[in-house]
Amino acid sequence: MTPLDILRETYIALAANKARSGLTILGIVIGISSVIAMVSIGQGAQGSIQASIQSIGSNLILVTPGAQRGPGFQISAGRGSARTLVQADADAIIKDVTLAKAVAPEISGRYQITAKGKNTNTSVVGTTAAYPGVRNVEIDQGSFIADQHIRSLSKVAVLGPTTRNDLFDEGADAIGQTIRIRSIEFKVIGITKAKGGTGFGSQDDMVFVPLSSAQRFLAGDTYVTTISVQAENPESMTIIQQQITDLLLSRHHISDPQLADFSTLNQADIVATASSITQTFTILLGAVAGISLVVGGIGIMNMMLTTVTERTREIGLRKAIGAKRRDINRQFLTEAIMLTLIGGLFGIALGWTISYLVTYFGLLQTAVSLYSIFLAFGVSAAIGIIFGYYPARRAAALNPIEALRYE
Amino acid sequence: MIEAQNITKTYTTGVVDFQALRGVSFIINDGEFVAIMGPSGSGKSTLMHILGALDTPTSGTYLLDGKDVSQLTDDELADIRKDKIGFVFQAFSLLPRTTVLRNTALPLLYAGVKNGERQERAKIALKATGLEEENFYHLSNQLSGGQIQRVAIARALVNNPSLILADEPTGNLDSKTGEIVLGTFQKLNKEQGRTIILITHEHDVAEHAERILFIKDGLLVSDTKTHTRKIARHI
Repeated sequence: MTPLDILRETYIALAANKARSGLTILGIVIGISSVIAMVSIGQGAQGSIQASIQSIGSNLILVTPGAQRGPGFQISAGRGSARTLVQADADAIIKDVTLAKAVAPEISGRYQITAKGKNTNTSVVGTTAAYPGVRNVEIDQGSFIADQHIRSLSKVAVLGPTTRNDLFDEGADAIGQTIRIRSIEFKVIGITKAKGGTGFGSQDDMVFVPLSSAQRFLAGDTYVTTISVQAENPESMTIIQQQITDLLLSRHHISDPQLADFSTLNQADIVATASSITQTFTILLGAVAGISLVVGGIGIMNMMLTTVTERTREIGLRKAIGAKRRDINRQFLTEAIMLTLIGGLFGIALGWTISYLVTYFGLLQTAVSLYSIFLAFGVSAAIGIIFGYYPARRAAALNPIEALRYE
Repeated sequence: MIEAQNITKTYTTGVVDFQALRGVSFIINDGEFVAIMGPSGSGKSTLMHILGALDTPTSGTYLLDGKDVSQLTDDELADIRKDKIGFVFQAFSLLPRTTVLRNTALPLLYAGVKNGERQERAKIALKATGLEEENFYHLSNQLSGGQIQRVAIARALVNNPSLILADEPTGNLDSKTGEIVLGTFQKLNKEQGRTIILITHEHDVAEHAERILFIKDGLLVSDTKTHTRKIARHI
């Protein structure tokens, strides 16, 4: 028997019972398509969370004030509330941590802001010229705060697009207009590009002012709330984090790292945590889909066993006219594999469609990976072989005399 | 040529041994038309299985065209069946929902004959049994009982076997259709010189052969030429 002959026999056998073959194939279609759809949705979720973390900047280390505690005292203010970081700390980091690519200290607070009768309450960030590079902020119109503004305590402001829309009309030209923060007039010199609302609070609803101006006119002191440090590459992040910790500990005269009055947050850690969560999620979805795939495989085995019983006399006849054990085995195994391969093809198409629809309706940016297709196809072929093997062997082992007598 | 020498067959079911054949010997020459007769339980079906290489004897030798078939493995037996024997069964002779032509060509599939040649040889075999060409592409379940047996005979012929074995081929047919089928066998025997062995329990059917072997209780009790051979009036 040539492979073509076997395929022809298989086609005839499967076409002889279209409803049953169709339902069996459906089981595999559901299994394969759910594996592909679930894995692509899981990977889409992973990608979107990572993108959202990356949008606050890349290779970022955030230094924030911690709770201030003295030895022996168990009273501490809340994390981040302490005012332990000062401008000089940021300057020291710039000077001593040479691996750092850029350092942007900032002071932030929420204020009521008014402009031409409209007003809003949003966060005002006092920062330096390094901020846009470090935190992935792009300028849409005008310019960002420059070093010169800091030196001269300029009362200038850069608005986020949402704030601009709140204070002026949507899309209005706000450059050169005046806004009031704590009754102090600031001149708008730039608008940032929209980044979209991301998981870590909208960065579009913000006002940026020079750090020195914010300290002098708004906060009234020289503390900073965050120092963003950007590393050259992901590999140097751990070293930089360590250097910053050592530097600040010695500057703050703290010998026990446990009592540090600041904390450093490595962006890689956030990404790793988020990745591990989404990976667990993907595995969970995949496992559920995998179960339906196994159920589909059992469906194939069930159908093949029924077929072997139903076609006992046919098998006897084929054997009587010269079919060998191998011929019968091959024929029934091919039928099982054919069922799973057809199911696999339709399953891939359906899974792809589902994942495309998820993307199309904007639920999640999904991506069907080649590896999940190969995996699904391999699994479906394996299921055909595994679950087809036993029925085929049973068919091949039938004694022709008994098979012909079978009622 | 078929040579059976002292063939026995013992079935062991549990503790009791059952001797279906207890030493049967005979020779059937090429071109003979022989009927094997006997009541049910006589061992004629067991004999047919051995002659058809579906089974092997417990002892004794069975030579088919000079080749000893009595000690072969399953796959070697399958080869013998494929090359030398054509079967016609009583019922369920054809694959359901399959065309006449495909049914007829089925043995050639396992013999490794190419598709085009399979079709040609199946057509020749079908014509030899006298089936009308318009039926060649009909499905097997659209045929009458007589037509089904003719297709079965054509299938038995298609691989040019040394021996055609028919197991109660008229058992499910009315007498008129049975005559047509028996007539087909006689025609093939006479015109093509085919060796035919017909297994039956009916005298009436057996008398269409030229020689009758009578089996009873696992022994050959008589081996006679048919005195008044019936010639079927085939249409």
